[in-house]
Amino acid sequence: MISVSNVNLTFETNDGPVNALRDVSLEVNEGDFVSFIGPSGCGKTTLLRVIAALETPTEGKVTVNNMIPDDARKAREYGYVFQAAGLYPWRTVSGNIKLPLEIMGYSASEKEDRTRKVIDLVELNGFEKKFPWQLSGGMQQRASIARALAFDANILLMDEPFGALDEIVRDRLNGELLNLWGRTGKTICFVTHSIPEAVFLSTKIVVMSPRPGRITDIIESPLPNNRDLDIRDSQEFIKIAQRVREGLKAGQTEDVF
Amino acid sequence: MNIFLLLFFIIWLGGWWINVRISNSQNVQLPRFIVPSLFGIVVLLMWELAVIGLQINPILLPAPSAIALKFSRSLDILWIDFVQTLVKGALSGYILGCSAAFLTAIAIDKFNFLKRGLLPLGNFISALPIVGMAPIFVMWFGFDWQSKCAIVVVMVYFPMLVNSVQGLELVDPSRQDLMRTYSASYTQTLIKLRLPSAMPFIFNGLKICSTLALIGAIVAEFFGSPIKGMGFRISSEVGRFALDMVWAEIFVAAVAGCLFYGLIALTEKRITFWHPSQQN
Repeated sequence: MISVSNVNLTFETNDGPVNALRDVSLEVNEGDFVSFIGPSGCGKTTLLRVIAALETPTEGKVTVNNMIPDDARKAREYGYVFQAAGLYPWRTVSGNIKLPLEIMGYSASEKEDRTRKVIDLVELNGFEKKFPWQLSGGMQQRASIARALAFDANILLMDEPFGALDEIVRDRLNGELLNLWGRTGKTICFVTHSIPEAVFLSTKIVVMSPRPGRITDIIESPLPNNRDLDIRDSQEFIKIAQRVREGLKAGQTEDVF
Repeated sequence: MNIFLLLFFIIWLGGWWINVRISNSQNVQLPRFIVPSLFGIVVLLMWELAVIGLQINPILLPAPSAIALKFSRSLDILWIDFVQTLVKGALSGYILGCSAAFLTAIAIDKFNFLKRGLLPLGNFISALPIVGMAPIFVMWFGFDWQSKCAIVVVMVYFPMLVNSVQGLELVDPSRQDLMRTYSASYTQTLIKLRLPSAMPFIFNGLKICSTLALIGAIVAEFFGSPIKGMGFRISSEVGRFALDMVWAEIFVAAVAGCLFYGLIALTEKRITFWHPSQQN
């Protein structure tokens, strides 16, 4: 589905070149829920942006649905959810969800149908006519997810979508996201800096570390696909969380220069 | 002390006392415009009484009643002047100049190399002194309103350009990225994202230019005009010491300016309702 092999990415800045990604390789299979976790500066967002063709790697090969990322972008193969919900304040919730549909030229009736469907999916019924600034942060993020789902791409790229929310809301949205993933069968790439979030959501956890941004560990989760929040107290959960933590620690002390 | 001056102080202190009472009262049912309109009425009354009481020469300061009388007797002339200066000169120049600046801003935004050429040029044009340009434009475009329109175009062009360019530039990067992920075309991004998010800046430009256009059209008439127009009337009536007519023209200009500005501000409120500056 998504294949990243030997990708290097160097940003030229005023303070000299910054090695944002070094020798990153990764396979994402259809239906996977993959989390990228690591401290800031580890390149997790950059990797997601490379997959989305918002950044171009300096070296290496990336394919998304057997296409180069830029073709995948033009074929609208993925939906992207940004850290800041990024809803357009001059549009209502349903207006925001219709935005990609308008750009992609769907018919009026199809726009209505799809909007209704994704509003059901993220449980925003009754808020269609509200403006983003009238909603709580959690609801804004739900609308933003609905917007990414509206055109039914089979890949969902999410860049710390719940990073700005408090833990109670985040727990609930995590549960809802898993539920949504189970029902739609999408392939999801999810950037986070929260260990419990990564372990709870993912079938595959990619642990990354900074300077230069690289992958230190890839963990295939043994947890069942069907999970609820209580699983966080189970032995397996704690074991995986430990392994993630060790991967993060190893990345910190390792001297690469 | 004469009776008029006594009344002057009574009305001053009385009006002051009432306004303070209203401002401090918790009664929310009183309309908001009561305090400013009461203030205006008191100032007018004081002005009237001071002019009569101190027997001020009407050339220095005519009484409001004299101005009102002149105003009501010269409605036809005032209307002709209004149409000549504000509708034909200022409004046409305002619309032409602002649209030209807006279109230039879109061109600058689309072709980056224009930014380095056109912005300094716009800056240069705005630095030209109006008193120098006005006589030249009269030579070029004639005595009638066309030369005033040209002056107004030159005056409003740059502020409008700078505001529009800035508005188009300051688009939230993640919203821009979002449009990229949809593989949206340049025009789609412009219409659905960049123009709406530039609206607060564009309206700032429109508001600044509304007053500039008014000033430009009136002042430009000092440098040559047919025998009508607000600027012409002001300069010729000053020469005849008919200051009441000058004040009447000033009154027309002030009211028209306020209404014009208010209309733009109202439109802004309707279009940029989503912007934090429009929300309480």
